[in-house]
Amino acid sequence: MKRAHFIASFFMLSPLVFSSAVAQETPVPGSQAEAYWDKDDFKASQDALKREHGGAATLFVLADRFEYQASDDAPALLLEGQGRWGTDENRLLIKSELEYDLDAGAFEEAEVQALWSRPIARYFDVQAGVRHDFEPGPSRTYAVAGIQGLAPYWFEVDGAVFLSEEGDLSARFEAEYEVSLTQRLILQPRSELNFAAEDVPEFETGAGLSTAEIGLRLRYEIDRQFAPYVGVNWKASTGKTADYIRARGEHTETLSFVTGIRLWF
Amino acid sequence: MLTRRNLLRTAAAGGFFAASGALLPAWARSANAGNKGIFEVSGNAFDLTIGHSNVEIGGRSGHAITINGTLPGPLIRFREGEKVTLNVHNTLDEDTSIHWHGLLVPFHMDGVPGVSFPGIKPKSTFTYEFAVPQSGTYWYHSHSGLQEQLGHYGPLIIDPAGADPVEADREYVLVLSDWTFEHPHKVFARLKKDAAVYNFQQRTAGDFLRDARENGIGPTFTDRASWGAMRMSPTDISDVTASVYTYLINGHATDDNWTAIFNSGERVRLRIINASAMTIFNFRIPGLPMTVVAADGLPVQPVETDEFQIGVAETYDVIVSPTRARPFALVAESIDRSGQVVATLAPEAGLVATAPLLREPPVLTHRDMGMDMSSMDHGSMAGMDHGSMDHGAMAMTDTVPQSHDHRMGVGVDNVAMVQVSRIDEPGLGLESVPHRALRYSQLRSLTPNPDTRAPGREIEIHLTGNMERYMWSFDGVKLSEVTGPIIFHESERLRVTLVNDTMMTHPIHLHGMFFDLVVADTDHKPRKHTVTVKPAERLSFDVTADHVGDWAFHCHLLFHMHAGMMQVVSVLPRVAGATTHTPHKGHEPAVPPSEEDIPTTETPTPDRQHEGHH
Repeated sequence: MKRAHFIASFFMLSPLVFSSAVAQETPVPGSQAEAYWDKDDFKASQDALKREHGGAATLFVLADRFEYQASDDAPALLLEGQGRWGTDENRLLIKSELEYDLDAGAFEEAEVQALWSRPIARYFDVQAGVRHDFEPGPSRTYAVAGIQGLAPYWFEVDGAVFLSEEGDLSARFEAEYEVSLTQRLILQPRSELNFAAEDVPEFETGAGLSTAEIGLRLRYEIDRQFAPYVGVNWKASTGKTADYIRARGEHTETLSFVTGIRLWF
Repeated sequence: MLTRRNLLRTAAAGGFFAASGALLPAWARSANAGNKGIFEVSGNAFDLTIGHSNVEIGGRSGHAITINGTLPGPLIRFREGEKVTLNVHNTLDEDTSIHWHGLLVPFHMDGVPGVSFPGIKPKSTFTYEFAVPQSGTYWYHSHSGLQEQLGHYGPLIIDPAGADPVEADREYVLVLSDWTFEHPHKVFARLKKDAAVYNFQQRTAGDFLRDARENGIGPTFTDRASWGAMRMSPTDISDVTASVYTYLINGHATDDNWTAIFNSGERVRLRIINASAMTIFNFRIPGLPMTVVAADGLPVQPVETDEFQIGVAETYDVIVSPTRARPFALVAESIDRSGQVVATLAPEAGLVATAPLLREPPVLTHRDMGMDMSSMDHGSMAGMDHGSMDHGAMAMTDTVPQSHDHRMGVGVDNVAMVQVSRIDEPGLGLESVPHRALRYSQLRSLTPNPDTRAPGREIEIHLTGNMERYMWSFDGVKLSEVTGPIIFHESERLRVTLVNDTMMTHPIHLHGMFFDLVVADTDHKPRKHTVTVKPAERLSFDVTADHVGDWAFHCHLLFHMHAGMMQVVSVLPRVAGATTHTPHKGHEPAVPPSEEDIPTTETPTPDRQHEGHH
């Protein structure tokens, strides 16, 4: 109630006001209309005016990648997106990534983050909250701190560090870029790097760079909010992480062809 | 002939079909529906019913909020100095209001909820009463929510008490507006999520190749990089474009071919009002010169021109004298040239003027970014700037140098390092048209300015925003964050300097007073209520705070205002004892008014004009 502060300071500076019903003689700047109308009605309209001019909350839901992945491995469905609700200053942000193995009929990865997001710079928001991985098991909870925004030259970046309940530290960095081939045909290169501070054998993760992913998607915006796409995605495990996977006799690299839809509302 | 009373009764009967014009108010009808020009109608009591209507726009049915069932609303016309009574009946389920744009009404009659009154509750009637000492072309619109985008606007003419300085044989009102079938709240939400959602004129890989061929790959890459580093788009001219808007003249889309008729040799007066929510228009009549005779309602010394840019909420009166009996196109093209609306001015009904092709969209340059460090001043349309770009002065980080003591929060994405006077330039995109285009600097008031005192103090206000976040503000502070009003003292003369730190053109409106636009050292400065400020522009107006009260001050792009680009100017009465107040953030502390002997306006006595709720 900044206005209340303002009026309070005005009152302190202007003892005259304490004699009531002299609004006419010593009008309150910004509230001079109080002299003409029902005070409560007018106060309510003042509050609404402030709310409606810069204080609105917006709901935004984005499915950045919702795709079918075909590769030498089992075909998979992937959904990666985020939803946010809030004002310019404060937002609740839900991020999620789900990967479903169509052959096994089970989730290979299921991760949800709940974050509080605040702007810290012109193009960057700072985020803090929790992450929970349902899959791969055993399920695990992390504390999250991250930064998301628009870097110079229009790179959309998102970086976060995770501290698991077991005390394991890891980090993730994602970057996307958009090339307008035409007004509606957009080429989107994307990369994601995952790092770990130490070995976590139960998740087959090794210290250092654990996985790297590079994708290239070509979408057609039928509407800005609805865009089917095709693309390729290359995902590789590195270092000790790759050793774990090789020991299981699996591929350390996957090249997928993807078809999907990007949508938001 | 329809009298106003009958007309209002008829119009209140319900929806209408623009195509037939059957239920449009007479002034807005096309020639084939009987409009041969509007006439002086004297009235001083009006009934205005705000309600929901179905409207047909460009052959498609949509939902509108209307006044007396029509879009635009009825023409309110009365005589200067007469007391008028306007009963506003709100049949909506939400609050409404009417603001009399440009009228010098007592401030509690200004119609801004939260500033001048509480608003008009659902299912209630509110009575406005005032007499105003002015004449000319004005308009009225809702100041509640986003109703203005839904059709809640109409024209208003005040006939002079004496002889009209403008002579005409025939006159028409041209209300320009933008219509969308999307709900305005959805439009705003989409802009908040993706500010470029309506921009289908962005620079593409193809444009890169074309520019590389023309200018070389090095300079083209450098140009793209400098924009990329700033995360600014040189094609961000209009936030909401023809991709979702149908542009209208008097409620008619181009296909409806609204027609005005003339007889050869007549002087035809066109009263042009930009009642859009978000669209700045370029107005022209190819083949027919226009003589501008009034701006924002007040007479100016006649200026002949071929085209002018009209910001949202501005009005211009022009005289045209077609001598050839052929149809002429009345063209209102959006500033980003994504679309236009065309009507016909013809010797008889039934003719269709040839619509011109849309012109090449303008592209912003480093000058518009306030970064034109080159000594050379060339507004090249390709957006290429071969001058020595001194990026050293502007670190490519999130720390922006300050040139003004306003808040540099997350809502400010740019500061115009190089502020330029653009008062002698036509509107954005009209720099290189092959004909005359109006510039503010050409305007001179017909009569001497009423107050020629030198300003006693100056305040500087920056227009600020962050396009990516779709935040808009004055001095980096949204209305939702403002702690106090901007203080003017009754009868003081002050200079207000506006600096546009953003890359967009903003029509800035100050309620309750006319200001004298500083175009030159003259006592015939043009007097306006709304001024359109170009990117990186620095301009000033002088104003006399002779109307006590609280007055809204905002960008008239509806969604910019909704995003926070609004403040309140408090004109405090001169009372015994010094007025103490908290200095407004980002403004100089106010100087107590000088003790010069200035006639002061009467402060209206408070009396509750609330009508009972129905």
